[in-house]
Amino acid sequence: MTTTLEGSSTMETGGTVPTEADFPQTAIQCRIQELFYGDFLAVRNSEVNIRKQQITAFIGPSGCGKSTVLRCINRMNDLIRTFRFKGELLFQGINIYDSSIDPVAVRRHIGMVFQQPNPFSMSIYDNVAFGLRLNRFKGKLAEKVEHSLQRAGLWNEVKDKLKNNGLSLSGGQQQRLCIARAIATEPSVLLMDEPCSALDPIATRIIEELMLELKEKYTIAIVTHNMQQATRVADETAFFSVDIYKGGRTGYLVEFGPTDQVFSDPQEDLTKQYISGEFS
Amino acid sequence: MNQSSAARVEREEVTLTELQKNVWEPRSLFNGFLNILTWIMALLACLPLFSVLVMLIIRGSRRLSWSIFTELPPTAFEMGGGFGNAIVGTLVMVGVGMFLSVPFGILAAVFLAELGPDSKIAATARFCAKTLTGLPSILAGVFAYAAVVLLTGTYSAPAGGIALSLLMVPTVILTAEEAMKMVPRIMKDAAHGIGCTHTQVITKVIIPTAMPGIITGVILAVARAAGETAPLLFTALFSEYWLFQGGHVGVMQPTASLAVLIYNFSGMPYENQIELAWTASLFLVFMVLVLNLVSRAIGQRDTGVVTMVMVIRKMITSKKDQGESK
Repeated sequence: MTTTLEGSSTMETGGTVPTEADFPQTAIQCRIQELFYGDFLAVRNSEVNIRKQQITAFIGPSGCGKSTVLRCINRMNDLIRTFRFKGELLFQGINIYDSSIDPVAVRRHIGMVFQQPNPFSMSIYDNVAFGLRLNRFKGKLAEKVEHSLQRAGLWNEVKDKLKNNGLSLSGGQQQRLCIARAIATEPSVLLMDEPCSALDPIATRIIEELMLELKEKYTIAIVTHNMQQATRVADETAFFSVDIYKGGRTGYLVEFGPTDQVFSDPQEDLTKQYISGEFS
Repeated sequence: MNQSSAARVEREEVTLTELQKNVWEPRSLFNGFLNILTWIMALLACLPLFSVLVMLIIRGSRRLSWSIFTELPPTAFEMGGGFGNAIVGTLVMVGVGMFLSVPFGILAAVFLAELGPDSKIAATARFCAKTLTGLPSILAGVFAYAAVVLLTGTYSAPAGGIALSLLMVPTVILTAEEAMKMVPRIMKDAAHGIGCTHTQVITKVIIPTAMPGIITGVILAVARAAGETAPLLFTALFSEYWLFQGGHVGVMQPTASLAVLIYNFSGMPYENQIELAWTASLFLVFMVLVLNLVSRAIGQRDTGVVTMVMVIRKMITSKKDQGESK
């Protein structure tokens, strides 16, 4: 799979399954020196490597910058005018914060699922077809939409009402619709920003099972507030925390490693305290 | 147990007289008086529209027939006639007004809602639009007279349309801005997240989602403009002839409109013309009423979708709270 980040229209949306030989193990190398919102230093000195076809969870207390780091990966933070990134973010070896890179093109390769289910106010079909049309997908649109909905585990529930508005679905269904919309364009990485925090336990379980299935094909990074969720789905876990640094509350990476190790044998005292529930 | 129930009865008896309603107490009387007053005021608010409607139906329906749409206004002692040319004129001028104000208004609203909502230009433009909504309509007419009629040397339908567009533009801008601001932030994020350029976010997500609200604003603006007389007196004047006659299109000529026809005919000493003025009024009010109802229907569909989003989000957050408390 060849990827061109310069320019916005060239993108391969075919169903090529990336093989191990094509790239090294790491999909994303995120080396953050400093992240600013205006003068406010939000995150400092954090380095996370997201491995291919694995689920990497970002956990940590509120305000530790885990969502900010996640949103850096597809340059969503660029929408905030005062945001500044210092460091390096390598996606398949390309630094996506290089001045020659178009953030819009980055977002077409790195999909995102948000905390609140956010389907567009259009039909279920059009919601899934949206990204494909955006990329001028040349192929059988209906088949691709059906395939994406099937992979998101929603097809059986919506196949008879594809013309209904996406907003008419329940919260859990909406979130699966958003996942179908995100994977329809075959991004190689899927970012999920607390995708289950707005859902009930049953819908949460369905989405978690879905993530484990999707990992066969995609690299997933997920922010979660729920430590049990991290242990259930994640292969690797990054624990962030927040402290006072140069007069402001700043988030930073405390520990990063295989999920089993982070939860059963944490190397840092702070991690130990967090996972045992001493602070949250 | 007997004892306790007896005690309870006793205690009730002590307080019962205090709890009893006393209608003749001063504060109860005052309360009742204010209640009735608000009822009367609410009914009075409906009175003007209903009395006008009743009057129009009684006086105006007498001449309702097909010929009012097909015939020209009668001259002094002529009998019969209609006001077909005035209907056409009103439609053409409102159409010109829409053609000018809708694209202008929507583009301005995109800037106000999306591109530079906090900029100085936006603040100034918003203030100007709000002030313009209160602009006396006769001033719009005077402006179009100076800008168009004097320039082209003739009263005309385009001049009337330009005057009406001046009155429509602020309504379109302000309602379209409001509708675009109602599009949830998370929906815009979704569009950016899937790789839309800013232009695509606006054209593919924000404007389509805000469309019912925008249409409501346009219809309200049209309904207001259709009934305006003063701006047309200076710009389109009036005409006894069809705007398009025998394949000959003459746009740059004085043009009839319903509002000016009513103004002219109601002051004439002839029974025929006065009756036609009543019928034209009925037709005009009916048209405005229908437009208002249509805009309300579309607007409710809009708020329907938005409220649905709100309700779903509320449900979700309450579930989330339950989940977290567990």
